[in-house]
Amino acid sequence: MSVERRSGTISAGRLSAEQLRENFCDLHPPMNPHEAAVEADRCYFCYDAPCMNACPTGIDIPLFIRQIAADNPNGAAKTIFDANIFGAMCARVCPTETLCEEVCVREVAEDQPVRIGMLQRYATDHLMETTTEHPFKRAAETGKRVAVVGAGPAGLSCAHRLSMHGHTVTVFEARQKPGGLNEYGIATYKATDDIAQAEVQWLLGIGGITIETDKALGRDIHLRDLTADYDAVFLGMGLAGVNALTAEGADSAGSSDAVGWIADLRQTTDLSQVPVGNRVVVIGGGMTAVDAAVQAKNLGADEVTIAYRRGKEAMSASGYEQEVAATRGVHLRYNLQPKRIHAENGDVTGITFEKTASDANGKLSATGEEVTLEADQIFKAIGQSFVPDSVAAEGAALTLDGGRIAVDDERKTSMDKVWAGGDCIAGGEDLTVVAVEDGKIAAESIHAALSA
Amino acid sequence: MADLSTNFLGIQSPNPFWLASAPPTDKQYNVERAFEAGWGGVVWKTLGEAGPPVVNVNGPRYGAIHGADRRLLGLNNIELITDRDLEVNLREMTETKKNWPDRVIIASLMVPCEEHAWKAILKRVEETGCDGVELNFGCPHGMSERGMGSAVGQVPEYIEMVARWCKENTDLPVIVKLTPNITDIRKPAEAAKRGGADAVSLINTINSITAIDLDSFAPEPTIDGKGSHGGYCGPAVKPIALSMVSEIARNPDTHGLPISGIGGITTWRDAAEFIALGCGTVQVCTAAMTYGFHIVQEMIAGLSNYMDEKGYASVEDFRGAAVPNVTDWQYLNLNYVTKARIDQDLCIKCGRCHIACEDTSHQAITHLVDGVRHFEVIDAECVGCNLCVNVCPVENCITMEQIAGIDPRTGKPADADYANWTTHPNNPAVREAAE
Repeated sequence: MSVERRSGTISAGRLSAEQLRENFCDLHPPMNPHEAAVEADRCYFCYDAPCMNACPTGIDIPLFIRQIAADNPNGAAKTIFDANIFGAMCARVCPTETLCEEVCVREVAEDQPVRIGMLQRYATDHLMETTTEHPFKRAAETGKRVAVVGAGPAGLSCAHRLSMHGHTVTVFEARQKPGGLNEYGIATYKATDDIAQAEVQWLLGIGGITIETDKALGRDIHLRDLTADYDAVFLGMGLAGVNALTAEGADSAGSSDAVGWIADLRQTTDLSQVPVGNRVVVIGGGMTAVDAAVQAKNLGADEVTIAYRRGKEAMSASGYEQEVAATRGVHLRYNLQPKRIHAENGDVTGITFEKTASDANGKLSATGEEVTLEADQIFKAIGQSFVPDSVAAEGAALTLDGGRIAVDDERKTSMDKVWAGGDCIAGGEDLTVVAVEDGKIAAESIHAALSA
Repeated sequence: MADLSTNFLGIQSPNPFWLASAPPTDKQYNVERAFEAGWGGVVWKTLGEAGPPVVNVNGPRYGAIHGADRRLLGLNNIELITDRDLEVNLREMTETKKNWPDRVIIASLMVPCEEHAWKAILKRVEETGCDGVELNFGCPHGMSERGMGSAVGQVPEYIEMVARWCKENTDLPVIVKLTPNITDIRKPAEAAKRGGADAVSLINTINSITAIDLDSFAPEPTIDGKGSHGGYCGPAVKPIALSMVSEIARNPDTHGLPISGIGGITTWRDAAEFIALGCGTVQVCTAAMTYGFHIVQEMIAGLSNYMDEKGYASVEDFRGAAVPNVTDWQYLNLNYVTKARIDQDLCIKCGRCHIACEDTSHQAITHLVDGVRHFEVIDAECVGCNLCVNVCPVENCITMEQIAGIDPRTGKPADADYANWTTHPNNPAVREAAE
């Protein structure tokens, strides 16, 4: 078998094109109209619905599901987009099992929540496929100009809402394409058919928004200039840094950051050209670790292990994500803390972990017992961090909190005319849907300030 | 195991489940399949007079309304009586009865309102060996435009006249099938009895348009851009049928008149309810047309199980048991005070009881208690209306319970004695009598 020949190396083309296509197809094929009708009928149209309260963007979920049930999927989509302009992507990447679906009363009643995420996808896909007209109208021009830094979910959500209010927005994006993590940070099988770009283009349909790519804050543009040139600034540049691994040998060839690899995978046009190890170890416990591990398996790696330093319950990847990984053949191991990466001739050959244990207070300690896994490729997925260099010139004017930008309830920073949202701000969960809400709240605050 | 056999007008049937006169009973092929499946009897699809048969539309004949998951709740049809030659039907009825001597075949009839026409058809159907006749005074569409079906059923004098003709011209038991498209169902039933009919069967279908197509603006079912009202049946009509059956069963003038119950019967429970209101047999159509003939096995097993659990040896043991409990509103006990009770262990916190009560009724169910989502009945506001019970998606989560002592809503003690409107001080009739 061809896999044997390539074992022990990091190489491309482990699987046939057909197998790759199958492995990277849509994680959840969209519902057809009949499935959607049946599922929509399950919704009880709860009063003050728990699902709606659990949604960071506060989508009127019972209403949109009722609209699907009443054969008005585009109306349902409008209800979703009213609250969350990234409704299509959120339908794909939201951890619904820990948000809306977790509190669905049918989850309480029968351990079987209404599949809200899938219904949301049904409605939003339907609107985007059946209409060319953008569903929102831009208010009359206000003559106000706002700069948005970062064309990710936070920035574009903010830009769209500002445009609705009639302001003119310029979005500066450091990368070559807009979309942020939707474009660069999500597993390929969760965002098929170039949905991230399609959604950005659809969102821009409102008009009044210009995106300038290859414009990084601190390099090509500067916050002080933006505050001088624009009526307001929104910072939504995410987390550019990757946490470093402190294990010995961490810089060996074959050891890399999962974030970069996931981004490369998303940008490749030919999956058979993406190299992957035969025995892959992913260090970490979040969605990034799962996305990297599952895709390594999908590319044809023989053995893929996720090693997480805490217990299963502490893992930030949801139970559902863990299940997806396990179902795809990823081995999940807990309480393993990386100690040494082994290499021969500079190439990774394995990794030694030390077992950990948590005490009654959740404090983690090493037990001294070691475990060594053979590996020819290691991905680090141990978190990302905000890189303050981009705003270093502003110094103390922009207050940070725990290494990220400090904001108030309206997402206003300590700097005059500057708001921020998304992963780059302190507090909150690093989720697409939270970033969208940040952008929306900031836009309303900016609009109020500009209208004053 | 309980004995499900019935004796209705002297007609023996192995069980009370008959197929109503309708498409499922139009041909020997269908009827024999029904008998194989276990149906006790059929009322053969309505026969018209000899000569060229009626014709049906060639477009859609049915319209429907659906519940969740496209469960068929109501069916409407614009099909006429049999469009097959009378001789073919008579021959097949004869053969079928010969092949299935222990099953019931009733001939449904609809001919013009002239004695010779009824006399002629009765003579022919007697030859088939069928067990009785049912006079179709019910169909509300098509035939009614020609002075038949519900056009007869809506005029008690005609009912009486035709029933009398039939009784005079045959020894077969005569059942009069009633239309519900009338103000007071007791009147046609009384007329049937006066005419000498042995029984009534009801309800036939209800005038209906199931939907309007919002592209073509035509009623459904749509025939080349036009539509006509049809006859409505299926689970949705059961409450209307039960009420009409109960009116006839408790009316002193028709009390005891045998009834074959029809209207949305889908399960054994529906059938048992009709029997409890006095019906000697029940007739089914829509459920069979939705699911096929095999459903009768559920009905047989379910009814049998119910009777065994209750210790009823035959359907006669509980037939009519609910009739004495159907009364006029004015005799309901106004001292019977109930309050809703929410079982917190069963409650899934959907909040429907709260919003139904809050928006549309009496503001008697909480939403938050101490800032926490919690649904609880406020006895001081609850009038015991039962709306919360009806809208709750969880069975038995909310129940109505009788209270004793002071009613927190009125501040008055709930009197243990029965008292109704006829003696209530607010009743103007009572006040007048006192003056």
